[in-house]
Amino acid sequence: MAEQTQKVAIVTPERVIYGDEARFVQARGTMGELGILPQHTPLITSLEPGVLRVQKEGQWTVFVVAGGFMEVRDNRVVVLANAAERPEEIDVERAKRAKERAEKRLASGDPEVDVVRAKAALMRALARLNAAQEFAKH
Amino acid sequence: MPALRDFRRRIKSVKSTQKICKAMKAVATAKMARAQAAVVAARPYARQLHEVLGRVGAATRDVGNPLLTVREPKKVCYIVITADRGLCGGFNSNLLRTATREVQKWDDVSLVAVGRKARNFFRFRGWNMDAEFIGLGENIRFEQGQEIARFVIEKYITGEYDAVYLIYSKFVSVLVQQPTVTKLLPVEPPSDEEGAEQAEEAAPKKASVEYIFEPSAEAVLNYLLPKYVENSVYHGLLESKASEQSARMMAMDAATKNAGEMIERLTLQMNRLRQEGITKELLDIVGGAAALE
Repeated sequence: MAEQTQKVAIVTPERVIYGDEARFVQARGTMGELGILPQHTPLITSLEPGVLRVQKEGQWTVFVVAGGFMEVRDNRVVVLANAAERPEEIDVERAKRAKERAEKRLASGDPEVDVVRAKAALMRALARLNAAQEFAKH
Repeated sequence: MPALRDFRRRIKSVKSTQKICKAMKAVATAKMARAQAAVVAARPYARQLHEVLGRVGAATRDVGNPLLTVREPKKVCYIVITADRGLCGGFNSNLLRTATREVQKWDDVSLVAVGRKARNFFRFRGWNMDAEFIGLGENIRFEQGQEIARFVIEKYITGEYDAVYLIYSKFVSVLVQQPTVTKLLPVEPPSDEEGAEQAEEAAPKKASVEYIFEPSAEAVLNYLLPKYVENSVYHGLLESKASEQSARMMAMDAATKNAGEMIERLTLQMNRLRQEGITKELLDIVGGAAALE
């Protein structure tokens, strides 16, 4: 039996990273986790840096999204991510360094530090590390 | 009258120049292909962003945003994107000519130079330059566009600039690069008519779907607008890069051909001179032999 699907596209400024018919999309919105099934009502939400999952025929595909937003309309989910990558593409060392750097900047209490940006960087790094760990388990 | 040896030297020098041009053309061709692919790859994002912004804009007509406020343009900023390097035909000079013309429209202008050629041009003329971005490299990353965009956005919000324009070279085709001026700030949201038309073609009734916005329409708009500006700059950088490489390719192609012609001409001249010499020697011999008899 063919499952009911929706079009899913994950697009970054640099390329289209995913485009397929899929069943379910799970993402971290600003207001909390959300899952999108086919025939969802039109929605536009901003996304937090984190893991985004797409399910197709029971198979999960995982992406790391560094913030962005998502539009749902006409049975189509379009994720416009600032940056997105597959877990196997993640440079764990780089993410670790980024995490340490961000933590140091937040801890330093230096008024020069852009706290918002440092926090965002920290979240991105954590999201990458989590996804990489999860991927490594499989 | 140049001697034979001078000709040989000349031909040798032109030949090695030709080789360099040829190699440079090959490199530019490869880089152009990559730059073009990058432009194409960036299109879906730009299109989606454009569409979404149009729809969000329609839903938030009465919402104000610092990037939307139109002020009387007293201080105008131009972002001028050129190449870092020359040897690409009229690419940089065409662009800078357009920039010069544009800049003269206003009394109070600030410049943001992207690319070494723009920087040097403005510096030489002593024009007021607020920032320079140099050495962006061959593969443009989104962050680079973002950095430039953030700079002007900040200045726009603080009221230092009243309008921001982007001057870049549009990649029309391999043969044609069009210097283009676009307005960056204040953001003019994609026109409704355009969006509505497209929507009507696709599905007449879907033009006015009610969206759920999370966290709110306003927040989404606040998020989208800077993104839109950043992406516009990024797009300009990509187009510029593709244009530069194709301009360089064409310039080097022409240079290779010219060198070939030059070699031909020189060879002809050289052979003529050699022939002349031989004839002269023969005449001498014949003359000498005749005198002996």
